Amino acid sequence: MSSMAAPVDTRTWQPVIGLEVHAQLKTDTKLFCGCETSFGAPANTKVCPVCLGLPGSLPVMNGKAFRFALKAALALNCTIAKFTKWDRKNYYYPDLPKNYQISQYDLPFATKGWLDITLPDGQARRIGITRVHLEEDAGKLLHDESGAGGESGVDLNRAGTPLIEIVSEPDLRTPAEARAYMEALAKVLLYLDVCDCNMQEGSLRCDANVSIRPTADAPFKTRREIKNMNSFRFVEAAVETEIGEQKEIYANGGTVLQQTRLFNGQTGEIRTMRNKEEASDYRYFPEPDLPPVTLTEADLDGVRGEITELPEERLKRYMEVLKLSEKDAGVLVEFKEMGDYFEQLLAEGIAAKTAANWLISDCQGVLKEKYLTIATCGIAPKAMADLLKLVEAGTVNRASAKSTVFPAMLDAKGEKSAEAIVKEQGLAQVSDSGEIEKKIDEVLAKSEKLVKDYLSGKDAVVNALFGACMKAFQGKANPAVIRPLLEQKLKKLREG
Amino acid sequence: MPLDSNAYAWMSAREIAAGVRARKFSAEDVAQAALARARALDPKLQAFVTVLDALALEQARAVDAAVAAGKDPGPLAGVPVAIKDNLCIRNTRTTCSSKILATYEPPYTATAVEKIVAAGGLTIGKTNLDEFAMGSSTENSAFAKTRNPWDATRVPGGSSGGSAVAVAAGIAPLALGSDTGGSIRQPAALCGVTGFKPTYGRVSRYGLVAFASSLDQIGPFARDARDAALLTAVISGQDPRDATSASLPVPEGLLDLPARADLKGVRLGIPKEYFIPGTDPEVAAAVQEAIGVLKGLGAETVEVSLPHSEYGIGVYYLVATAEASSNLARYDGVHYGHRTEKEVGMVEMYARSRAEGFGDEVKRRIMLGTYALSSGYYDAYYLKAQKVRALVKQDFEKAFERCDAIVSPTTPTPAFKIGEKTDDPLAMYLSDIFTISANLAAVPGLAIPCGFSAAGLPIGLQVMGKHFDEAGVLGIAAAYQAKTDHHARRPALG
Repeated sequence: MSSMAAPVDTRTWQPVIGLEVHAQLKTDTKLFCGCETSFGAPANTKVCPVCLGLPGSLPVMNGKAFRFALKAALALNCTIAKFTKWDRKNYYYPDLPKNYQISQYDLPFATKGWLDITLPDGQARRIGITRVHLEEDAGKLLHDESGAGGESGVDLNRAGTPLIEIVSEPDLRTPAEARAYMEALAKVLLYLDVCDCNMQEGSLRCDANVSIRPTADAPFKTRREIKNMNSFRFVEAAVETEIGEQKEIYANGGTVLQQTRLFNGQTGEIRTMRNKEEASDYRYFPEPDLPPVTLTEADLDGVRGEITELPEERLKRYMEVLKLSEKDAGVLVEFKEMGDYFEQLLAEGIAAKTAANWLISDCQGVLKEKYLTIATCGIAPKAMADLLKLVEAGTVNRASAKSTVFPAMLDAKGEKSAEAIVKEQGLAQVSDSGEIEKKIDEVLAKSEKLVKDYLSGKDAVVNALFGACMKAFQGKANPAVIRPLLEQKLKKLREG
Repeated sequence: MPLDSNAYAWMSAREIAAGVRARKFSAEDVAQAALARARALDPKLQAFVTVLDALALEQARAVDAAVAAGKDPGPLAGVPVAIKDNLCIRNTRTTCSSKILATYEPPYTATAVEKIVAAGGLTIGKTNLDEFAMGSSTENSAFAKTRNPWDATRVPGGSSGGSAVAVAAGIAPLALGSDTGGSIRQPAALCGVTGFKPTYGRVSRYGLVAFASSLDQIGPFARDARDAALLTAVISGQDPRDATSASLPVPEGLLDLPARADLKGVRLGIPKEYFIPGTDPEVAAAVQEAIGVLKGLGAETVEVSLPHSEYGIGVYYLVATAEASSNLARYDGVHYGHRTEKEVGMVEMYARSRAEGFGDEVKRRIMLGTYALSSGYYDAYYLKAQKVRALVKQDFEKAFERCDAIVSPTTPTPAFKIGEKTDDPLAMYLSDIFTISANLAAVPGLAIPCGFSAAGLPIGLQVMGKHFDEAGVLGIAAAYQAKTDHHARRPALG
């Protein structure tokens, strides 16, 4: 930046951000061969002549991957092309066995969509989606990290895994918006069950194109591309840092050059990887080994029918139909697995309010302590529903269900029913009114002072007496039975 | 009984299969004879890169065991088939006649080869070719220059020169080749055998090492059209491993093609652009004579026009090289094949491995293709070539509205001398001038012997047909061969 132009105040300049997101599709097999898709398998064990790019092998499209991609694009409100084709993107890299990637260039299968996002302050924004295309993933290089300069290896298990690339319009204006967009996008893909969206493992990856400009109506200035942000938090942090650096460059009278840059999650720093002049000429051309794909409206209707409820729709239903509070509905939608579990409890006949309270207020703490989630806890929704039915029927009270029965069920890894645990630990509530009356009489006999206070008109002591009764039953009595009986007895005493 | 390596040399595939099935002789005897003949002739002819003794004998014994058990080993029972060395056979060296794959052994077998073995055929060896099928003389092989059996100072044509020679020299009655711009038909013409390129999509390309994916097609060499039909029938059909293979059923008549007594009702198109002054007069005369024979069989002739054929070579050398530049990118020394022994960094390793591994013609074509696809040149070269290719295709569609098949010379000259055109790539490219359009238009094309030059060199007639009309094209050839005996002439092999 040798230019000596006058310093500029860039503090109010507006960022312009567009994201390119790669999402690995959760198909059982790869995009162009029958190999299993896997994470963490021993190197080069999930490969065949096709994904190894051996001479003479040919790709054959995995129809399921294409359907997954269509689902995602339809959920992102895209226009789907009735005719789409494959192209080769040519470049040399050891993790790319054919030295070309089968991708889509000028005729992507989906264009012109949008995604609605909600910012932390509750403000809603609609972000444009430029295009979505399908392509194959590359393998992974394994470098000697000992520093001894040993040979590098190539693991091609990932090569050929289906990826969709989702390119947003440059509609994002703040780092928080970029993060909110990523989170909303991940939620949609999770709801569609087409991607794991694990940024650490790389099943969801994000590159950000960032530029800044003096005012909201000024033309776009040169952008820089940031790569390697492997968490939602890092997306926000990297974009923030990049904006700061660009502001400083312009403030000092410099110019931003088109560059590709790498974010380092450990230091929070960004370093430049290459300049535009070093960018490759990918020599795209139509893939001659794969026929173009043509779609009919009936094909699309079939895929539309497979699209399950999306987050926004679920939220609306929980509030409007199930009458859950905005907060509870929000929690169940935010954590899809909890929402799915909730749905299963409803299917088992549990009331919405009961199920929501139980999952959100009661289960979370217990699960957290045991480092579990509702999806990994090992308790089938049917077994959980049985527990809630015991609470409903008054057999066990909610407090014991939470503090004793549920943890015991977890310890038994779902092998023991709630009923068995209640029986084993003698937790069944006493509901026999004869027995209860006897116990209440005993409590009243022991609580002379409180009874005297009550008789002198202090109604509030009823609560203290009720507490004493509950304690006498060691939590095993049904409060719904005790309370009226106690009140009845006290009334009688007062009436003399 | 001492084995006579010539006992089966000139038998047709149909005769061998019938003999093996009827237990007149064993598949093992046939295999031993073919292998012995290969050993005897190949030092001179250099048709084979690898002779597969053990594999062929193992296959022969399996065929004999099936016959002994009363099972039908299939329509190629005990028939030796030579395989062009750009078709993969599992755990068997598959070189493409390139240094870069000199020791490469694929872990799988090409679909067409699998079908041959399943039909009882014996894969007796892998034949020499121009490196990666790029060439018209088999001189571009990294290993050897294959000789024309009719005159050992001349080329056999290419790129499937080794397969053409194996059949012409009586080593095998059948061979597989691949044809991207004439690589089956041109050597068939130069070696005096029948060579057939089926419609693009008729035969699975799975396991054929790609040169130009949108043009490559596997096809048979044989000593007559009926044997060529038999092998076509065996290798054809949709393959779930090749998305470009056609779903159409294989015509049933091909397995045992009836020899038509006449060609009444058949309209033959004579493309005026293929009868041009540059063609060798002996070739022109032999082709005219052949057309006379076809007319004598009752065929009608009409003049047709294929006006864009003159751009064929230009289009071909853009489309084919563009695809090749990408298809051959994988030979980089990283995963398999030749890697430079120099201790260098990654980029240098790529460059050196490729510089050492590829021959001149392959490098020339990779550079041409890379250029044609480069940013700023794509529209002017690759895209324009694709547009002209569509026009070439249209020419054929229009011509086929007026005729059932098109006949022409296969090559402008008979076999040329070894070394004659090696320093002039353009002259070499012109030897495919009549064959390239069939690849661009994806139509079936067949070459059959239709005469000999005064010097005793074979001359080929080309018959091109409508998409997927393999039966029609082969039927015309079979009728012609029933009436003539050019295909029955044998080279003197010393």
